[in-house]
Amino acid sequence: MSDFFLTTVLTFDASVRICVPLIFASMAGLFAERSGVVDIGLEGKLLMSAFIAASAASVFGSPWLGLIAGMFASSVLAMIHGFASITYKGNQIVSGVAINILASGLTMILTLAWFKRGGITPTLQNDERFLSITLPGVDIIDHIPIIGVIYRELISGHNILVYLAFVIVPIVWWVVYRTRFGLRLRAVGENPKAVDTAGLSVEGLRYRALLVGGILCGIGGAYISTAYTAQFTKEMTAGAGFIALAALIFGKWHPYKVLAACFLFAFLQALSIRLQGVVFPVIGEIPVQLIDAAPYILTIILLAGFIGKAVPPKASAQPYIKEL
Amino acid sequence: MTKSNIAIELINVDKHFGAVHANDKVNLSVKTGTIHGIVGENGAGKSTLMSILYGFYQADSGQIKVFDKDFRATSSKQSIEAGIGMVHQHFMLVDNFTVLENVILGSEGGALITESLANARVELTRLAKEYGLEVELDIAVEELSVGMQQRVEILKGLYKGAKVLILDEPTGVLTPQESDELFRIFEALKNEGVTIILITHKLREIMNITDHVSVMRAGKMVAHRETSKTNPEELAELMIGRKVLLNIKKSKAKIGKPLLVAKNLEINNEQGLKRVSEVSFEARSGEILGIAGVTGNGQGTLLKALAGILPLTKGSIEIMGETISPKSRLNPEQLRNLGVAHVPEDRQKMGMIADFSASETALMGYQNDKDLNQGIWLKKSLVKANCASIMEAFDVRPPNPNLMSSNFSGGNQQKLILAREFERDPEVLIIGQPTRGVDIGAIEFIRKRIIQMRDAGKAIVLISVELEEIMSLSDRIIVMCDGVITGTVNGADADEATLGMMMANALESPAEVKGAEV
Repeated sequence: MSDFFLTTVLTFDASVRICVPLIFASMAGLFAERSGVVDIGLEGKLLMSAFIAASAASVFGSPWLGLIAGMFASSVLAMIHGFASITYKGNQIVSGVAINILASGLTMILTLAWFKRGGITPTLQNDERFLSITLPGVDIIDHIPIIGVIYRELISGHNILVYLAFVIVPIVWWVVYRTRFGLRLRAVGENPKAVDTAGLSVEGLRYRALLVGGILCGIGGAYISTAYTAQFTKEMTAGAGFIALAALIFGKWHPYKVLAACFLFAFLQALSIRLQGVVFPVIGEIPVQLIDAAPYILTIILLAGFIGKAVPPKASAQPYIKEL
Repeated sequence: MTKSNIAIELINVDKHFGAVHANDKVNLSVKTGTIHGIVGENGAGKSTLMSILYGFYQADSGQIKVFDKDFRATSSKQSIEAGIGMVHQHFMLVDNFTVLENVILGSEGGALITESLANARVELTRLAKEYGLEVELDIAVEELSVGMQQRVEILKGLYKGAKVLILDEPTGVLTPQESDELFRIFEALKNEGVTIILITHKLREIMNITDHVSVMRAGKMVAHRETSKTNPEELAELMIGRKVLLNIKKSKAKIGKPLLVAKNLEINNEQGLKRVSEVSFEARSGEILGIAGVTGNGQGTLLKALAGILPLTKGSIEIMGETISPKSRLNPEQLRNLGVAHVPEDRQKMGMIADFSASETALMGYQNDKDLNQGIWLKKSLVKANCASIMEAFDVRPPNPNLMSSNFSGGNQQKLILAREFERDPEVLIIGQPTRGVDIGAIEFIRKRIIQMRDAGKAIVLISVELEEIMSLSDRIIVMCDGVITGTVNGADADEATLGMMMANALESPAEVKGAEV
């Protein structure tokens, strides 16, 4: 029984770690889509940031410089997306896909050019990456049954970016629902004309939303290569950006619900890792691919209208063209 | 007194959109504290002019003065700051925001909204009381009626400190009661010194409510009048540039044989609800059969069944020698090939596709014509040539087959659709709301064309919610209420009161007494 309990706690612990880039990316997507810009380029931004962060951390020997470099790289991609889809009113999906392809290709070429290795960066030393933090009081609380284990394994022992991810969600909620910027952000994604006739700049608001998204995505990417692992490897984001997008829809563009969706999807991933090769009585081995596909399947079921209704911001994916 | 009493002054304001000269050296001056009407047909440039004043567009040249100060807006921000508010024809509201949130958007005050919302609540309560603009503040705008949404727009302007309020076609979406309420609000605003600019093409409103009126035609300001010194006839003439013939003369009908015979029709609407029952009538060659009724009493459903869009559940229609029954349907294309033309009630939804070109809209429904196809290819140049010729025949402006359908004014869209159907020389015409949302000049044109078709021996079934239209065009009138025919009258004998009673099914002695009813 206690063995099962520990396994459960450890699975949750793995979920937390997997969850982090999903949270950053989906919050980034939340800003973009709330402003009326569809952001299918989350994956590309995560990947680019992961690569730049690992490279910078390795070259400069500091995870913090890596983080900043990652945020910068991701923001540059966000601005390219903005330039194409806001200023030049291009198709937002096409622009997003282009970002993904660009990131995928560029990371390969640059690893070769900079480090003379195909698709990987040097392994980061401990002082070059974000390490786990042991929270105070673990020794004391450890003696208490159940709570002790939960505190030791689940709550304590993560790196700073993990804690940041969980702090960022209420901050995003607060920004979106309690600030002037949030009010305008929500308005511009629903009815940009109302924003324009209120004397505000639709383009300015959308650029700002994308920039915030770029920064958040940058943190998510840096986490993957300098905290979760210790180097950049080819296509290491493995679809996290797309799962984040699914979580954004599944959570109906609301910060807390999106967080819940991220955690659900991360848990499914953690479960699929744990269940690899495990043979159950009667059922036999559960195909891991099925669990991996679950986030997408769940999202499709949601979009088909079986679990409530996912209504995106009304002006989503529409470039704003001024006319009466 | 150094200050003059002019709130807004426009001097030689000029604006082009590509080749279109939307505003041609327009001059206008609006006195403080008055209600100033601007009338003109659709596309005369009224909305463009006001959008320039509101900073939504920038003028190419010319000068604007607001309260005697030179004014040049690059965005609506400057206009709001100068004390100008605008209520657009299509409301600029965020549907899922509350009333309060909508009002503060753009003038929140601080970076956090909690306090702004609290301040706005106090201020709005005061404004609402002062002008009789009560509206629930914490309800999502999408849950409000159109009239209430308009109040929110007015409140928005006042909250932002508007001294001049521009309203673009404010009554187009309102019920008569809501319009009266709006005019009462206008009076209250005027009494508090607010200047109101009212854009409309309804002359009755101009006569009832304004102090001054300016008339626009084809981008030019053609006249300024004091409302008390003018009359609707003069304004209508100024608007379209010639005498209006609202009562169309028509010769006596030469009635021939029945081309469409409907017997005991029972029809369900798209949702499967029975909307028409026991309806029988004939439409004969050389006559216009008008079907009157309050919107939603089954006329629309009937129209769709006649056009082959909805199936019958009972009864039969004999049309051009074929019989439609619940068991044997004819689809709209088969009906078209038989010589039955259909002008749908809702031109935006069924008559055209907004982002198709005019030539494509003019082809819709006839895309399988042998003449226009060569193997799997459409003869594009022929399609365009056809469109150009019907545009000429129906005076569709601008006569450009490549222009997107949505870029035509409502009247010209309707003319294009009528041209498409009429120019095929059909024998039976099924026409729904031919002049809804169409300006006066186009109304006259369209009605004349319908009468021409009648005189050419076609059978015409006309459905309209405009009683005046039914009465001036029809040779025979059927009135529907709640899915059944509640009266039949000869066009010449029809009077508004009797038809009104029939439309409400409140006639003492029904025109047709059914045996089964006690």
